[in-house]
Amino acid sequence: MTPAAILRAGFRDQNPGLVQLLGLCPLLAVSTSLGSGLGLGLATLAVLIASNGLVSLVGRTLPAEIRIAVFVLLIAALVTAVELALSAWLPGLHAALGIFLPLIVTNCLVLARAEAFASRQPVGAALLDGFAMGGGFLVVLVALGSVREVLGRGSLGGDLHVLLGSDGLTSGLHLFDGQHGFLLALLPPGAFILLGLGLAWRQWRQATAAVPASGAGVTSGMPGEAAS
Amino acid sequence: MAGNPERPARRTVRAAILLATAAIAAFGLVAIVHEATRDRIAATTRARELARFDQVLGGLPHDNDLLADTLTLRDPELLGTTEAVTAYRARFHGQPVAVVLEFDATDGYSGAIRLLLAIAPDGTILGVRTVSHHETPGLGDFIDVGKSDWMQRFSGKSRDNPAAARWRVRKDGGDFDQYTGATITSRAVVGAIGRTLELFARHRDELLGDESLGDELLATPATIQP
Repeated sequence: MTPAAILRAGFRDQNPGLVQLLGLCPLLAVSTSLGSGLGLGLATLAVLIASNGLVSLVGRTLPAEIRIAVFVLLIAALVTAVELALSAWLPGLHAALGIFLPLIVTNCLVLARAEAFASRQPVGAALLDGFAMGGGFLVVLVALGSVREVLGRGSLGGDLHVLLGSDGLTSGLHLFDGQHGFLLALLPPGAFILLGLGLAWRQWRQATAAVPASGAGVTSGMPGEAAS
Repeated sequence: MAGNPERPARRTVRAAILLATAAIAAFGLVAIVHEATRDRIAATTRARELARFDQVLGGLPHDNDLLADTLTLRDPELLGTTEAVTAYRARFHGQPVAVVLEFDATDGYSGAIRLLLAIAPDGTILGVRTVSHHETPGLGDFIDVGKSDWMQRFSGKSRDNPAAARWRVRKDGGDFDQYTGATITSRAVVGAIGRTLELFARHRDELLGDESLGDELLATPATIQP
C-alpha cells in the first residue's frame, strides 16, 4: 500500500469510528466534551502507533498459536505505560478518562490493526497505519465531543485546561449558559443518535461521490464488524 | 510457522519460550515506566489531595500534614453503611483548627456520592465539596461546585443549626431546598452531611485530640470492630 492509501484508509475509507465502527464503547462513553475526546483520542493514537510498530517488528517471527497472545501482552504493557505516564504528568486528564484509559487494551481497533495490518507489513507502513487509524479515531472523538459539548453544555473546550495543565491559557468558548443545555446530547442515547447522524452523513457523501469514482469504495453499507 | 517441518513437541516448546520472552519483555517495560513515574505520581497525588483540603478549608491557616494526621471512623448504626469515614485533622501551632471528614452519601441517584466536609472545632461547617459522583449530568451534577452554588448553603451550619430533625430537604419537612428535579440527590447529600455532623459530635473529643500517626480505629461501645 502506498502511504497516501494508508492515510486515506485511516482517515476516510476505513475510518475506525465511522466505517469500521471499532472501539464504539470508549467512543460513545468518553466523547462528552472536546477535552476528554481529545485526551482519549491522543492516548489511543499513542498506543496504536507504538503497538503497530512493535507488532510489525516481531509479528512475522511468531508462530500462529501464540501470535495474538503476544500482541495482547504488548498492547496491555503499552497501555499500562501510557496510563502511568498520564497519571504522572497529566493527573487531571487521567482522572477524567477514568476506566476508559486502561480499557484501551480491549479496544478492538488496536488488536485489529495489529493482527490485520501491522503483523504483515514493514515497520514504516505499520507506523503510518497506526497514525492514520488513530488519527481517524481521534477526529471522530473530537468531532463528536465538540458537538455534544456545544449542545449539552453550551461551551466548547471548557475542560481543555485539564489537558493543558491548570495554568493553560484557555477556558474555552462559552456560547450559552449550561443550564439551558440539551441534556440528551450528554447522555449515552444522545451519543448514539449523534454518531448515527455522523454515519448517515458519511454514507450520503459516499453515495453521492460513488458515481464518478466507482471501484474506489471498499466499504459496504453495513459495517462488517462492530464491537467495543 | 505453517508448513514448518519441526516436530510438534519442539514447536510447542519454541512457542512457549517465545511467549514467556514476550511476557518478560512486557513486564520489563511496565516495570521501567513504573519506576520512572513512581515519585512523580506520588507527588501529584499528594498535591491533588492537599488541593482538595484547601477547597473546603477556604484558606484557613494550618501547619501540620493533614495526610499524616488521620483517624478512621465506622458507625454502621448511625451512618447506615459499614464504609469507613476518614478524618483529617488540621492544626495550627499544635491547636486543632478543623477536622476534614471524607465520606460517602450512599443513597445517591446512581451510587455513592463522595463528599469532603470541613468542620471547625465548635461544630460549624467550614465548607463542603463533592469529591466524586455518578449523578446524571445536567440534573444531579449541581452538587459539583463548578455547576451551581447549591453546596455553599451548608457553610456556617452545624448539628444544632438547624435542629437535627430539620437536617432534611424541604420536601421531607426539613430546612434545605431540594434542587429541582433532583430530590434524591439533594436528600442523599443533606442526609449524609447531617449524619456526619452527628458523628462528629459523638466523637468530638477524640477527633480534636492528640495527634495520631497514621490510621487508628475509633471504637465506640456500639461499634466495636472485629
